[in-house]
Amino acid sequence: MIPAANPDSLLVIVPAFNEQDAIAGVVRSVLQHVPGVPVLVIDDCSADDTIPTARQAGAEVLALPHHLGLGGCVQAGYKLAYELGFEYVIRVDGDGQHDPRDIPRIFEKLKSSGCEMVIGSRFVAENGSRTGAVRSLGIRFFRLVLRPILGKAVHDPTSGFVGVNRRALGVFSRSFPLDYPEIEALVVLQRRRFRFEEVPCTMLPRTTGRSSITAFKSLYYIFHVLMGVFVNVLKFDSRLHRRPPGSGAGG
Amino acid sequence: MDHLLNVTTGLSIVLIVMVLVSVRRAHIRVEYSVSWLIAASAMLVLSRARPVLDAVRRLIDLPDTPLTLFLLGGGVLLIMFFRFSVVISHLRDDNIALAQRVAILEYHLRSFRNREKQEA
Repeated sequence: MIPAANPDSLLVIVPAFNEQDAIAGVVRSVLQHVPGVPVLVIDDCSADDTIPTARQAGAEVLALPHHLGLGGCVQAGYKLAYELGFEYVIRVDGDGQHDPRDIPRIFEKLKSSGCEMVIGSRFVAENGSRTGAVRSLGIRFFRLVLRPILGKAVHDPTSGFVGVNRRALGVFSRSFPLDYPEIEALVVLQRRRFRFEEVPCTMLPRTTGRSSITAFKSLYYIFHVLMGVFVNVLKFDSRLHRRPPGSGAGG
Repeated sequence: MDHLLNVTTGLSIVLIVMVLVSVRRAHIRVEYSVSWLIAASAMLVLSRARPVLDAVRRLIDLPDTPLTLFLLGGGVLLIMFFRFSVVISHLRDDNIALAQRVAILEYHLRSFRNREKQEA
Protein backbone atom coordinates (compact mmCIF):
# COMPACT_ATOMS: atom_id res chain seq x y z
CA MET A 1 0.00 0.00 0.00
CA ILE A 2 1.39 3.42 -0.96
CA PRO A 3 1.92 5.53 2.18
CA ALA A 4 0.05 8.79 2.69
CA ALA A 5 1.64 11.65 0.85
CA ASN A 6 3.62 14.31 2.73
CA PRO A 7 5.06 17.68 1.63
CA ASP A 8 7.68 17.06 -1.07
CA SER A 9 6.33 13.53 -1.49
CA LEU A 10 7.55 11.74 -4.58
CA LEU A 11 5.99 8.80 -6.40
CA VAL A 12 7.81 6.92 -9.15
CA ILE A 13 5.44 5.50 -11.76
CA VAL A 14 6.42 2.78 -14.20
CA PRO A 15 4.08 2.13 -17.14
CA ALA A 16 4.53 -1.46 -18.26
CA PHE A 17 3.12 -3.77 -20.90
CA ASN A 18 4.41 -7.33 -21.12
CA GLU A 19 7.64 -6.47 -19.29
CA GLN A 20 7.94 -9.52 -17.02
CA ASP A 21 11.63 -9.94 -17.86
CA ALA A 22 12.63 -6.33 -17.19
CA ILE A 23 10.19 -5.03 -14.59
CA ALA A 24 11.76 -6.62 -11.49
CA GLY A 25 15.16 -5.11 -12.32
CA VAL A 26 13.63 -1.68 -12.91
CA VAL A 27 11.66 -1.73 -9.63
CA ARG A 28 14.61 -2.98 -7.57
CA SER A 29 16.92 -0.43 -9.13
CA VAL A 30 14.49 2.42 -8.37
CA LEU A 31 14.06 1.23 -4.77
CA GLN A 32 17.84 0.99 -4.43
CA HIS A 33 18.61 4.47 -5.76
CA VAL A 34 15.70 6.35 -4.20
CA PRO A 35 15.05 4.39 -1.00
CA GLY A 36 11.79 5.10 0.76
CA VAL A 37 10.07 6.35 -2.36
CA PRO A 38 7.03 4.29 -3.37
CA VAL A 39 7.04 2.72 -6.83
CA LEU A 40 3.78 2.27 -8.71
CA VAL A 41 3.80 -0.03 -11.74
CA ILE A 42 0.85 0.66 -14.03
CA ASP A 43 0.17 -2.55 -15.87
CA ASP A 44 -1.48 -1.99 -19.26
CA CYS A 45 -3.23 -5.38 -19.21
CA SER A 46 -0.12 -7.48 -19.82
CA ALA A 47 -0.58 -11.05 -20.98
CA ASP A 48 2.49 -12.23 -19.07
CA ASP A 49 3.53 -12.18 -15.40
CA THR A 50 4.34 -8.49 -15.18
CA ILE A 51 1.96 -7.92 -12.24
CA PRO A 52 3.18 -10.66 -9.84
CA THR A 53 6.80 -9.99 -10.81
CA ALA A 54 6.43 -6.28 -10.05
CA ARG A 55 4.71 -7.00 -6.71
CA GLN A 56 7.43 -9.47 -5.72
CA ALA A 57 10.07 -6.86 -6.51
CA GLY A 58 8.43 -4.43 -4.08
CA ALA A 59 6.19 -2.26 -6.25
CA GLU A 60 2.54 -1.38 -5.90
CA VAL A 61 0.55 -2.25 -9.00
CA LEU A 62 -2.28 -0.38 -10.67
CA ALA A 63 -3.76 -3.00 -13.00
CA LEU A 64 -5.75 -1.65 -15.94
CA PRO A 65 -8.71 -3.86 -16.96
CA HIS A 66 -7.85 -3.63 -20.65
CA HIS A 67 -5.08 -2.30 -22.87
CA LEU A 68 -5.22 1.52 -23.11
CA GLY A 69 -1.92 2.35 -24.77
CA LEU A 70 0.91 4.41 -23.27
CA GLY A 71 -0.97 7.69 -22.75
CA GLY A 72 -3.98 6.11 -21.04
CA CYS A 73 -1.65 3.99 -18.92
CA VAL A 74 0.49 6.93 -17.76
CA GLN A 75 -2.58 9.09 -17.14
CA ALA A 76 -4.06 6.41 -14.87
CA GLY A 77 -0.90 6.68 -12.75
CA TYR A 78 -1.12 10.49 -12.72
CA LYS A 79 -4.77 10.30 -11.64
CA LEU A 80 -4.00 7.97 -8.74
CA ALA A 81 -0.98 10.04 -7.67
CA TYR A 82 -3.09 13.21 -7.74
CA GLU A 83 -5.85 11.58 -5.70
CA LEU A 84 -3.33 10.30 -3.15
CA GLY A 85 -1.96 13.83 -2.75
CA PHE A 86 1.56 13.42 -4.13
CA GLU A 87 3.51 16.60 -4.88
CA TYR A 88 5.87 15.11 -7.47
CA VAL A 89 5.72 12.19 -9.85
CA ILE A 90 8.59 10.84 -11.94
CA ARG A 91 7.90 8.44 -14.77
CA VAL A 92 10.38 5.69 -15.56
CA ASP A 93 9.78 3.29 -18.45
CA GLY A 94 9.32 -0.38 -17.64
CA ASP A 95 11.76 -1.68 -20.25
CA GLY A 96 14.87 -0.70 -18.29
CA GLN A 97 16.05 2.04 -20.65
CA HIS A 98 15.92 4.80 -18.03
CA ASP A 99 18.65 4.80 -15.43
CA PRO A 100 17.12 5.19 -11.94
CA ARG A 101 20.39 6.80 -10.76
CA ASP A 102 19.15 9.93 -12.59
CA ILE A 103 15.91 10.13 -10.55
CA PRO A 104 17.42 12.14 -7.64
CA ARG A 105 18.75 14.72 -10.13
CA ILE A 106 15.33 15.11 -11.78
CA PHE A 107 13.66 15.34 -8.35
CA GLU A 108 16.09 18.00 -7.14
CA LYS A 109 15.57 20.02 -10.30
CA LEU A 110 11.78 19.79 -9.90
CA LYS A 111 12.01 21.10 -6.33
CA SER A 112 14.68 23.75 -6.87
CA SER A 113 13.49 25.21 -10.17
CA GLY A 114 9.78 25.31 -9.38
CA CYS A 115 9.01 24.45 -12.99
CA GLU A 116 6.16 22.13 -13.74
CA MET A 117 8.06 19.50 -15.74
CA VAL A 118 11.61 18.24 -15.83
CA ILE A 119 12.71 16.08 -18.74
CA GLY A 120 15.54 13.60 -18.49
CA SER A 121 17.36 14.36 -21.72
CA ARG A 122 19.86 12.30 -23.69
CA PHE A 123 21.14 15.32 -25.57
CA VAL A 124 21.61 18.18 -23.09
CA ALA A 125 25.11 16.90 -22.44
CA GLU A 126 27.01 14.37 -24.52
CA ASN A 127 26.58 11.15 -22.58
CA GLY A 128 27.03 8.46 -25.17
CA SER A 129 23.33 7.72 -25.63
CA ARG A 130 22.52 6.56 -29.13
CA THR A 131 19.26 6.42 -31.05
CA GLY A 132 18.31 4.84 -34.38
CA ALA A 133 18.58 6.85 -37.61
CA VAL A 134 14.83 7.30 -38.16
CA ARG A 135 14.17 8.18 -34.55
CA SER A 136 17.07 10.60 -34.55
CA LEU A 137 15.62 12.27 -37.65
CA GLY A 138 12.23 12.49 -35.94
CA ILE A 139 13.75 14.07 -32.85
CA ARG A 140 15.56 16.69 -34.97
CA PHE A 141 12.35 17.41 -36.86
CA PHE A 142 10.32 17.91 -33.70
CA ARG A 143 13.04 20.11 -32.18
CA LEU A 144 12.56 22.44 -35.14
CA VAL A 145 8.75 22.30 -34.96
CA LEU A 146 8.58 22.83 -31.20
CA ARG A 147 11.18 25.62 -30.96
CA PRO A 148 8.78 28.44 -32.01
CA ILE A 149 5.79 26.89 -30.25
CA LEU A 150 7.51 26.43 -26.90
CA GLY A 151 9.58 29.59 -27.13
CA LYS A 152 12.72 27.73 -26.11
CA ALA A 153 14.76 24.81 -27.35
CA VAL A 154 13.93 21.30 -26.22
CA HIS A 155 16.75 18.84 -26.80
CA ASP A 156 14.93 15.56 -26.23
CA PRO A 157 11.22 16.02 -26.91
CA THR A 158 10.49 12.28 -27.17
CA SER A 159 11.98 11.36 -23.79
CA GLY A 160 9.58 9.50 -21.52
CA PHE A 161 11.84 10.04 -18.51
CA VAL A 162 9.93 12.99 -17.04
CA GLY A 163 9.09 14.41 -13.67
CA VAL A 164 6.08 16.63 -12.98
CA ASN A 165 4.92 18.63 -10.01
CA ARG A 166 1.41 18.80 -8.59
CA ARG A 167 0.25 21.62 -10.87
CA ALA A 168 1.13 19.62 -13.96
CA LEU A 169 -0.27 16.51 -12.29
CA GLY A 170 -3.62 18.26 -11.91
CA VAL A 171 -3.65 19.18 -15.60
CA PHE A 172 -2.52 15.75 -16.79
CA SER A 173 -4.97 13.88 -14.58
CA ARG A 174 -7.77 15.74 -16.38
CA SER A 175 -6.33 15.83 -19.88
CA PHE A 176 -3.43 13.86 -21.28
CA PRO A 177 -2.56 12.90 -24.87
CA LEU A 178 -3.34 9.24 -25.39
CA ASP A 179 -1.27 7.67 -28.14
CA TYR A 180 2.18 9.28 -28.24
CA PRO A 181 2.03 11.57 -25.25
CA GLU A 182 5.51 13.05 -24.72
CA ILE A 183 5.57 15.81 -27.33
CA GLU A 184 1.91 16.77 -27.08
CA ALA A 185 2.22 16.94 -23.29
CA LEU A 186 4.91 19.60 -23.72
CA VAL A 187 2.57 21.69 -25.87
CA VAL A 188 -0.30 21.26 -23.39
CA LEU A 189 1.94 22.55 -20.58
CA GLN A 190 3.34 25.43 -22.59
CA ARG A 191 -0.14 26.62 -23.61
CA ARG A 192 -0.94 26.90 -19.89
CA ARG A 193 2.18 29.03 -19.37
CA PHE A 194 3.84 26.19 -17.44
CA ARG A 195 7.61 25.81 -17.63
CA PHE A 196 9.91 22.88 -18.24
CA GLU A 197 13.61 22.21 -17.79
CA GLU A 198 15.89 19.47 -19.05
CA VAL A 199 18.55 17.63 -17.10
CA PRO A 200 21.14 15.34 -18.67
CA CYS A 201 20.34 11.66 -18.28
CA THR A 202 21.66 8.37 -19.51
CA MET A 203 19.52 6.06 -21.59
CA LEU A 204 20.48 2.41 -21.32
CA PRO A 205 20.00 -0.18 -24.05
CA ARG A 206 16.84 -2.28 -23.65
CA THR A 207 17.48 -5.13 -21.24
CA THR A 208 14.87 -7.39 -22.86
CA GLY A 209 12.61 -7.55 -25.91
CA ARG A 210 12.62 -5.30 -28.96
CA SER A 211 11.21 -1.87 -29.62
CA SER A 212 7.83 -2.02 -31.34
CA ILE A 213 8.63 1.13 -33.33
CA THR A 214 9.41 0.28 -36.96
CA ALA A 215 10.37 2.73 -39.73
CA PHE A 216 6.75 2.79 -40.96
CA LYS A 217 5.47 3.37 -37.44
CA SER A 218 7.99 6.18 -37.06
CA LEU A 219 6.50 7.95 -40.09
CA TYR A 220 2.99 7.42 -38.74
CA TYR A 221 4.23 8.70 -35.37
CA ILE A 222 5.56 11.90 -36.93
CA PHE A 223 2.28 12.57 -38.75
CA HIS A 224 0.14 11.68 -35.72
CA VAL A 225 2.13 13.81 -33.29
CA LEU A 226 2.30 16.72 -35.72
CA MET A 227 -1.50 16.68 -35.93
CA GLY A 228 -1.74 16.50 -32.15
CA VAL A 229 0.65 19.43 -31.71
CA PHE A 230 -1.26 21.70 -34.07
CA VAL A 231 -4.65 20.66 -32.68
CA ASN A 232 -3.43 21.57 -29.19
CA VAL A 233 -2.00 24.89 -30.38
CA LEU A 234 -5.28 25.81 -32.11
CA LYS A 235 -7.43 24.57 -29.21
CA PHE A 236 -5.60 26.55 -26.56
CA ASP A 237 -5.21 29.65 -28.72
CA SER A 238 -8.96 29.77 -29.37
CA ARG A 239 -9.58 29.43 -25.61
CA LEU A 240 -7.21 32.30 -24.93
CA HIS A 241 -9.05 34.45 -27.45
CA ARG A 242 -12.39 33.62 -25.84
CA ARG A 243 -11.19 34.35 -22.29
CA PRO A 244 -12.07 37.84 -21.00
CA PRO A 245 -9.09 40.14 -20.49
CA GLY A 246 -7.36 40.01 -17.10
CA SER A 247 -8.60 36.54 -16.21
CA GLY A 248 -5.12 34.93 -16.37
CA ALA A 249 -3.74 32.10 -18.46
CA GLY A 250 -3.99 29.15 -16.08
CA GLY A 251 -6.66 26.53 -16.03
CA MET B 1 -30.02 4.99 -66.37
CA ASP B 2 -33.24 3.20 -65.36
CA HIS B 3 -31.20 0.14 -64.46
CA LEU B 4 -28.95 2.24 -62.18
CA LEU B 5 -31.99 3.77 -60.50
CA ASN B 6 -33.55 0.32 -60.03
CA VAL B 7 -30.33 -1.00 -58.47
CA THR B 8 -30.22 2.02 -56.14
CA THR B 9 -33.86 1.42 -55.18
CA GLY B 10 -33.11 -2.23 -54.45
CA LEU B 11 -30.03 -1.38 -52.38
CA SER B 12 -31.96 1.27 -50.44
CA ILE B 13 -34.76 -1.21 -49.63
CA VAL B 14 -32.23 -3.88 -48.58
CA LEU B 15 -30.47 -1.33 -46.34
CA ILE B 16 -33.74 -0.23 -44.71
CA VAL B 17 -34.76 -3.86 -44.06
CA MET B 18 -31.29 -4.71 -42.68
CA VAL B 19 -31.35 -1.73 -40.33
CA LEU B 20 -34.87 -2.49 -39.09
CA VAL B 21 -34.05 -6.17 -38.51
CA SER B 22 -30.83 -5.18 -36.68
CA VAL B 23 -32.72 -2.74 -34.47
CA ARG B 24 -35.33 -5.41 -33.70
CA ARG B 25 -32.57 -7.86 -32.72
CA ALA B 26 -30.85 -5.14 -30.68
CA HIS B 27 -27.68 -5.30 -32.81
CA ILE B 28 -27.92 -1.54 -33.43
CA ARG B 29 -29.21 0.95 -30.91
CA VAL B 30 -32.18 3.00 -32.13
CA GLU B 31 -30.26 6.30 -31.98
CA TYR B 32 -27.60 4.97 -34.36
CA SER B 33 -30.15 3.46 -36.76
CA VAL B 34 -31.85 6.79 -37.45
CA SER B 35 -28.98 8.12 -39.60
CA TRP B 36 -28.96 4.96 -41.73
CA LEU B 37 -32.74 4.98 -42.13
CA ILE B 38 -32.77 8.65 -43.17
CA ALA B 39 -29.91 8.08 -45.64
CA ALA B 40 -31.50 4.95 -47.13
CA SER B 41 -34.92 6.62 -47.37
CA ALA B 42 -33.39 9.65 -49.10
CA MET B 43 -31.68 7.40 -51.65
CA LEU B 44 -34.94 5.49 -52.15
CA VAL B 45 -36.90 8.68 -52.80
CA LEU B 46 -34.26 10.08 -55.18
CA SER B 47 -34.05 6.84 -57.13
CA ARG B 48 -37.87 6.68 -57.57
CA ALA B 49 -38.52 10.39 -58.17
CA ARG B 50 -36.63 11.17 -61.36
CA PRO B 51 -37.81 14.83 -61.53
CA VAL B 52 -36.40 15.45 -58.03
CA LEU B 53 -33.07 13.91 -59.04
CA ASP B 54 -33.01 16.06 -62.19
CA ALA B 55 -33.77 19.15 -60.13
CA VAL B 56 -30.88 18.33 -57.80
CA ARG B 57 -28.61 17.77 -60.83
CA ARG B 58 -29.51 21.20 -62.25
CA LEU B 59 -29.13 22.80 -58.82
CA ILE B 60 -25.55 21.62 -58.37
CA ASP B 61 -24.82 22.00 -62.07
CA LEU B 62 -23.66 18.48 -62.88
CA PRO B 63 -23.52 17.09 -66.45
CA ASP B 64 -25.58 13.92 -65.91
CA THR B 65 -28.03 12.24 -63.55
CA PRO B 66 -26.11 9.01 -62.69
CA LEU B 67 -23.14 11.09 -61.54
CA THR B 68 -25.49 13.14 -59.36
CA LEU B 69 -26.87 9.99 -57.74
CA PHE B 70 -23.35 8.63 -57.25
CA LEU B 71 -22.10 11.86 -55.67
CA LEU B 72 -25.14 12.16 -53.41
CA GLY B 73 -24.71 8.55 -52.24
CA GLY B 74 -20.99 9.07 -51.66
CA GLY B 75 -21.61 12.35 -49.85
CA VAL B 76 -24.18 10.75 -47.56
CA LEU B 77 -21.76 7.91 -46.74
CA LEU B 78 -18.94 10.35 -45.96
CA ILE B 79 -21.18 12.30 -43.59
CA MET B 80 -22.27 9.05 -41.92
CA PHE B 81 -18.65 7.90 -41.49
CA PHE B 82 -17.73 11.27 -40.03
CA ARG B 83 -20.66 11.13 -37.62
CA PHE B 84 -19.67 7.65 -36.48
CA SER B 85 -16.03 8.71 -36.10
CA VAL B 86 -17.23 11.41 -33.70
CA VAL B 87 -19.36 8.88 -31.82
CA ILE B 88 -16.49 6.35 -31.65
CA SER B 89 -14.08 9.04 -30.41
CA HIS B 90 -16.46 9.96 -27.58
CA LEU B 91 -16.97 6.30 -26.72
CA ARG B 92 -13.20 5.69 -26.67
CA ASP B 93 -12.63 8.65 -24.34
CA ASP B 94 -15.41 7.42 -22.04
CA ASN B 95 -14.06 3.90 -22.18
CA ILE B 96 -10.53 4.99 -21.22
CA ALA B 97 -11.82 7.12 -18.35
CA LEU B 98 -13.95 4.22 -17.09
CA ALA B 99 -11.09 1.71 -17.35
CA GLN B 100 -8.82 4.08 -15.40
CA ARG B 101 -11.51 4.60 -12.76
CA VAL B 102 -12.08 0.84 -12.41
CA ALA B 103 -8.33 0.28 -11.99
CA ILE B 104 -8.05 3.03 -9.36
CA LEU B 105 -11.08 1.74 -7.43
CA GLU B 106 -9.69 -1.81 -7.53
CA TYR B 107 -6.40 -0.44 -6.24
CA HIS B 108 -8.16 1.29 -3.33
CA LEU B 109 -10.21 -1.85 -2.60
CA ARG B 110 -7.08 -4.00 -2.53
CA SER B 111 -5.31 -1.50 -0.25
CA PHE B 112 -8.35 -1.43 2.04
CA ARG B 113 -8.46 -5.25 2.25
CA ASN B 114 -4.72 -5.43 2.96
CA ARG B 115 -5.10 -2.87 5.73
CA GLU B 116 -8.00 -4.86 7.21
CA LYS B 117 -5.89 -8.03 7.11
CA GLN B 118 -3.02 -6.29 8.87
CA GLU B 119 -5.30 -4.89 11.56
CA ALA B 120 -7.08 -8.24 12.12
